[in-house]
Amino acid sequence: MQTLETPPDQREIRAYFTPVDKVFRGFVSTAALFSLAVLVLIAAFLLYRGFEIFSDFGMKFLTTSKWEILNPEDASTATFGIAAMLVGSVITATIAIVIAVPFAMAAALFIEYYSPKFLRTALTALLDLVAAIPSVIYGIWGYVVLLPLVEDWSATLNKYLDWIPIFSVRTPIFGRSPFLAGLLLSIMILPIVTSVAREVYSQAPRELVDATYALGGTKWGGIKTVVLPFGRSGLVGGAMLGLGRALGETVAVYLTLNLVFEVNFKILASAGGNVASLIATKFGEASAYEIKGLMAAGLVLFLVTLAVNFMATVIVNRARKIV
Amino acid sequence: MTTYQYTDVVPAPRRPWDHSRSTMIRTVTLIVLAGLFGSLLNKFTGLSGFLGWYVGLAIAVPVIAFVGSARHGWNIASDRIATSLVSVAFATVAIPWVSIFVEVYKKGSKAFHASYLTDDMRITPSSDALQYGGVAHAILGTLLMVLIASLIAVPLGILAAVYIVEVKGRFAKMVRFLTQAMSGVPSIVAGLFIYSTVVIFFGGFSAIAGSLALVILMLPTVARTSEEVLKIVPDELRSASYALGATQARTTFRVVLPTVASGLLTAAVLGVARVVGETAPLILTSSYFVAKSTNIGEPIASLPIYIFSSLGLGDSNATTRAWGGSLVLLGVVFILFAIARTISTRLRRK
Repeated sequence: MQTLETPPDQREIRAYFTPVDKVFRGFVSTAALFSLAVLVLIAAFLLYRGFEIFSDFGMKFLTTSKWEILNPEDASTATFGIAAMLVGSVITATIAIVIAVPFAMAAALFIEYYSPKFLRTALTALLDLVAAIPSVIYGIWGYVVLLPLVEDWSATLNKYLDWIPIFSVRTPIFGRSPFLAGLLLSIMILPIVTSVAREVYSQAPRELVDATYALGGTKWGGIKTVVLPFGRSGLVGGAMLGLGRALGETVAVYLTLNLVFEVNFKILASAGGNVASLIATKFGEASAYEIKGLMAAGLVLFLVTLAVNFMATVIVNRARKIV
Repeated sequence: MTTYQYTDVVPAPRRPWDHSRSTMIRTVTLIVLAGLFGSLLNKFTGLSGFLGWYVGLAIAVPVIAFVGSARHGWNIASDRIATSLVSVAFATVAIPWVSIFVEVYKKGSKAFHASYLTDDMRITPSSDALQYGGVAHAILGTLLMVLIASLIAVPLGILAAVYIVEVKGRFAKMVRFLTQAMSGVPSIVAGLFIYSTVVIFFGGFSAIAGSLALVILMLPTVARTSEEVLKIVPDELRSASYALGATQARTTFRVVLPTVASGLLTAAVLGVARVVGETAPLILTSSYFVAKSTNIGEPIASLPIYIFSSLGLGDSNATTRAWGGSLVLLGVVFILFAIARTISTRLRRK
């Protein structure tokens, strides 16, 4: 008779990292956390440099709109408030979004569902290229080419729609207005909004679109019932990415908008500004104390755009995840 | 016994939304009619020029589409209207793009002369006649700053991607989210940050400060693109490497990264294209200098600032110089994009 040996204990399998890998992982992790460090450092340094302004002016810095320093050597002669610039940022960015989003939707649909096949790749590449045109080129184009056109359009708008408060002006000078800046910004953010929308639209379930055809529907029927609802959150996310860009744009707004320190809701009037263009304008001849004011303004801009971008990122990621 | 022979050619299945000859004829008629309406509008109303004609066309297209299809009922009509509206909207969107390319070329080429790309503005005021001076100093400065920025941002960006895809560390999701959100940091804020640290600390504007500002703006693009690229690497490759006893470090550096080397190069090129035209941060960090310089501790010229400062002067020769700089800058972006696309299509073919 044979005696059964008890089977050997199962060998324990353990995964562990060799010392080399530990060093490697530590090194990579450190490098990766650099982006986190940069974001924190930006906020910290701008706060550190601008802290004096916040403690001197408090909430007035955000609610008043006057920017002057009578004697550059004397901090007590300064009055800083960025309300007009904040309002200006929001107005120009809003105009940009209102114009850009419908067109971006249509352009994305055209590229994805209406254009002939041979054009599709070319158009997608064109979209990437246009998104990479430097803002200073948009700026010079807006200043030299778009400005005279918009002056005409503004005069016409003002002539017929004068009774709507935002289209009225005190003096008929239509030069570098929030309308021009907003229009230019809408042209600038269109590529990014379109490419996000196109990406999401392209992932709409083809079989559902085909099903609408099978039921005798038209192409527009398929798009209206399947593609647009499917891509809604992607479009919202793309629009918010565009909003972030529009809020933080400097050079293009600097060139196409007259910097005037008053809250101006009349979008055709030649007065306005945004926080970024304020910084670019005042930076050149700023005294030490005024620089601190600009740092504080920069911090406000940073926090606002960061909040917008956080939301945009969450929405876009969620839209991608559904896919 | 009879044998059956199939001689009939089986027609290729057609999708109902493909363009047929009748739709093409319809489209052409529609555009011709709308174009005619546009020129009528040009002739009889105040709307003039190309844009006036285009407005007429844009209004006429959906109207004619509706009139032509109303007899088929609302379903068909709405489809035709939607098609015409979407197409017209896309054409509208393309007008400014085309205009930018055309204007930059037309106005920019006037600034060009034989030695435009090799001269600097050392002894030439911006308002001087156009046959003097050039952009060599700006090109040199931009290249130098972008080179230094890439030397820092590309390795960091790739390492961030390695952290997300290979190491899969505890903060992988957070790093991914933050790099995405970081791409939205306004460029002027990046400039302010470098000003408040590097420039104040070293007591003056410098090329190196400009490069550091560009690093902040370049990093997210490189990290995002590299991440997408690393995800293409099939897991079998990694498993095979581990099975041979390689460490994770060796697997990453000898297997994963070489596999997608060209993709990572694309990421770097896209990052460069993103920052090469940045203006706002450079105003605050590298400032401007009129002569060729490679001293990274001193202010230095760059193409965007060359454009920006020439434009601010209001003089017509200076403005032409700004357009010339724009043409050079746009050319640089174009070339970078062509490189990136060539590399990535070659990668895909592999």
